[in-house]
Amino acid sequence: MSGRVLVGVKRVIDYAVKIRVKPDNSSVVTDGVKHSMNPFCEIAVEEAVKMKEKKLIKEVVAVSCGPQQAQETIRTALAMGADRGIHVEVTGKDYETLGPLQISKIMAALAKKEEAQLIILGKQAIDDDCNQTGQMTAALLDWPQGTFASEVSLEGDKIKVVREVDGGLETIKINVPAVITADLRLNTPRYATLPNIMKAKKKKIANMKPADLGVDITSRLEVLRVDEPPQRQAGVKVETVEDLVSKLKEAGLV
Amino acid sequence: MLLRKVSQSSALCGSILRIPPVLSGGQRHTGAVVAVQNARLYASQAAEAVLEKPAAVGSDTASKVEKKTVAAESKSFAVNIFKGQIATAQVFPYPSALNEEQEQFLRELVGPVGKFFEEVNDPAKNDTLEKVEDHTMEGLKEMGAFGLQVPADLGGLGLSNTQYARLVEIVGSHDLGVGITLGAHQSIGFKGILLFGNPAQKEKYLPKLATGEHIAAFCLTEPASGSDAASIKTTAVQSPCGQYFTLNGSKIWISNGGLAEIFTVFAKTPMKDPKTGEMKDKISAFIVERSFGGVTHGPPEKKMGIKASNTAEVYFDNVRVPADCLLTEVGGGFKVAMNILNNGRFGMAAALSGTMKGVITKAVDHAANRTQFGNKIHNYGVIQEKMARMTMLQYVTESMAYMISGNMDSGATEFQIEAAISKIFASEAAWTVTDECIQIMGGMGFMKDAGVERVMRDLRIFRIFEGTNDILRLFVALNGFQNAGNQLKSLQKALKNPLGNAGLLAGELTKRAKRKAGLSTGLTLQGTVHPQLAQSGELTTKAIEQFGAVIEELLIKHGKKIIDEQFVLKRVADTAIDLYAMVVVLSRASRSLSQGNASAQHEKMLCETWCVEAHDRIMQDIKSLRSSQSRQLFKNLRAISSAVVENGGVVAPHPLGF
Repeated sequence: MSGRVLVGVKRVIDYAVKIRVKPDNSSVVTDGVKHSMNPFCEIAVEEAVKMKEKKLIKEVVAVSCGPQQAQETIRTALAMGADRGIHVEVTGKDYETLGPLQISKIMAALAKKEEAQLIILGKQAIDDDCNQTGQMTAALLDWPQGTFASEVSLEGDKIKVVREVDGGLETIKINVPAVITADLRLNTPRYATLPNIMKAKKKKIANMKPADLGVDITSRLEVLRVDEPPQRQAGVKVETVEDLVSKLKEAGLV
Repeated sequence: MLLRKVSQSSALCGSILRIPPVLSGGQRHTGAVVAVQNARLYASQAAEAVLEKPAAVGSDTASKVEKKTVAAESKSFAVNIFKGQIATAQVFPYPSALNEEQEQFLRELVGPVGKFFEEVNDPAKNDTLEKVEDHTMEGLKEMGAFGLQVPADLGGLGLSNTQYARLVEIVGSHDLGVGITLGAHQSIGFKGILLFGNPAQKEKYLPKLATGEHIAAFCLTEPASGSDAASIKTTAVQSPCGQYFTLNGSKIWISNGGLAEIFTVFAKTPMKDPKTGEMKDKISAFIVERSFGGVTHGPPEKKMGIKASNTAEVYFDNVRVPADCLLTEVGGGFKVAMNILNNGRFGMAAALSGTMKGVITKAVDHAANRTQFGNKIHNYGVIQEKMARMTMLQYVTESMAYMISGNMDSGATEFQIEAAISKIFASEAAWTVTDECIQIMGGMGFMKDAGVERVMRDLRIFRIFEGTNDILRLFVALNGFQNAGNQLKSLQKALKNPLGNAGLLAGELTKRAKRKAGLSTGLTLQGTVHPQLAQSGELTTKAIEQFGAVIEELLIKHGKKIIDEQFVLKRVADTAIDLYAMVVVLSRASRSLSQGNASAQHEKMLCETWCVEAHDRIMQDIKSLRSSQSRQLFKNLRAISSAVVENGGVVAPHPLGF
């Protein structure tokens, strides 16, 4: 198979940052906070670039939806080896309510427009942990999906995917075109080298709006409140087993 | 009437008319310049060499220096304070030398570089192995870290000085051993080719150096020639046919000596003096490839710190160096060496400001979490003072580093004194800050695992190499004196024609009279610094005025003998350093206030605190420079030293008598 791969990359709060909730409990603080590419998206980009290096595919297109800063994330993908980028501009309130459903609609529209043969996404984003975009995209396109991939190999016009599932590993063979979502052990993303970052400056990033793709991004969800996880309470020490049982009975747990 | 006024004024009399013969006109050179020409000090030769334009072809250096400094008014702040003047062009406003594209590009580079040092480089391992781990070296090469300032069309990243400083800061905050490996390679190792190479040399060597396929080393120091670089004994004799040079000699303590393929070597070349026709030995600079044959190196030196950096002796045994490997021309080597060192100095201040930041974070983390006597220790005054001083030292160093890199990127050609000041300040500040960090951390700081003792060991060399701080202090002072001396000389000239220069003389008269009376001479920073920093501006102005006055007094008192008065020179340099430090923080804090940064008030506090203490130090130093008691003190110090040397050790017998 020689063709085009779309890779979705999401700009999220850096994994090392201590998350703080806004005082009005509407969302988390993002202003002035360090952001970077979602780690699973990095793995997705790496997989696509490796396929290109093995000459299994021709072109890697990095896609990101969001405000101006999303371009930084696309540039990181370009520095890792993607050929060009597409920035779907979504700002303000629309961006705050942007979720898997809208993204998958956009990805599906782009896949048709770009005549892509493969979409590789991260299995989930570390900010919302939805784990839905890949699955929804496949459904909208009516394409097969290989999710939680820890190994991907192209065999003719089929793809063999080894999936990490609760029970262990599951190997499936799916037809192309398909959607794959990357899991942790799929690969180890390369470091963007400084010369590649420099070369990436010359690569093109196309700009468009969801409307240009005929996608309606109104959200069907409303976030009511965001809270920090409850503080861990101290435990109680007991002397004997009888004490333990009576305490448990008191709490209505047995 | 003016003449009478002039001769009657004791102030002017004392300062101009009764000058020692060496400073009077009629001679081709001022006393200071003659002194420079005659002395064999590194410092003075450095001053001489650096002041020349690189294109100069073996002409009379002293007269060139004189022509240049009399002709053009210097823009350098440090040069002008010696004349009691404030030149603000290069210090206000705080330079922002990055355009939008450069800034965006730099932002993209900072992430991956930081990530690499956090996740791949293991400083403790490098220190234990006494080398940079192989996979780390490979990663650095792939990352492009070996050609940061090589032009993009020759395979490098083409970074400006400011961009380079920002990245080097990251390296400095993680691993100085790696920092020196990279710095010895590109900041000095092949900088000669970047600055002075002809197009053929650049095309031949830079691409492989940029990728790290070839490593470079800077070879100047010899067993008998450290600070006294002009006394090197390695020879390069030109063949009769003129096609090649034969290089013989040995160099010591060469960073990357065991790894390098390309060496910038400095050697004495015998050449005919065009004027006198006699044979002289002058220093020339060569690009030497290991593949020329005859180049060998010794085992890696065992060091106190920067253990990961390879340091070795390099031997040149009848090495045939093609004539087109010469950098500039025969005899141009000393200038090449001084310019290379001068050009790379800002990098050190940048790296060390990063080191200090890292170390301060560790200290803060400890002080905020350690409880003793019922409180977190950061609540105690002693700890608070340490942390505040550490913060101020880091702020000053950082401000210096980026001011100088900004100046260099904006095209400034005169920054050698400032660069020297920044190296002295940064290396001593970093040592103090790390020392205090260990103190705050207590026993923990002393333990290897905490990672701070390694930084301390790594830092010690920074006060020694690339020009010892002692020599650089002499350089700062002598360079300043030379410029001030030239101005004095032009004033003398004016005195010969007082009617034609009535205005100038009247002005100088008034200035000195006011200074002597302790009044302001009209020098001011008002309107330049932010109004909220007016007081600190005042302190700085007063200090500069007094500094200018004492410099003049010293010049008149000592004349050309000033070069031997090292006790005086050291204190003069310390004052110049403090003055530059005051002005850089004034500039940076002013900018923060003008921009309304969130940290502006904090920076104002840093600035004000620093300026008050610096002003006090400066006034103390100036007082001691004027006092007769300090003359006696210097005599005592000299005598104690002689006695100890004569005795081969301490002189006083043991209190117990045996």
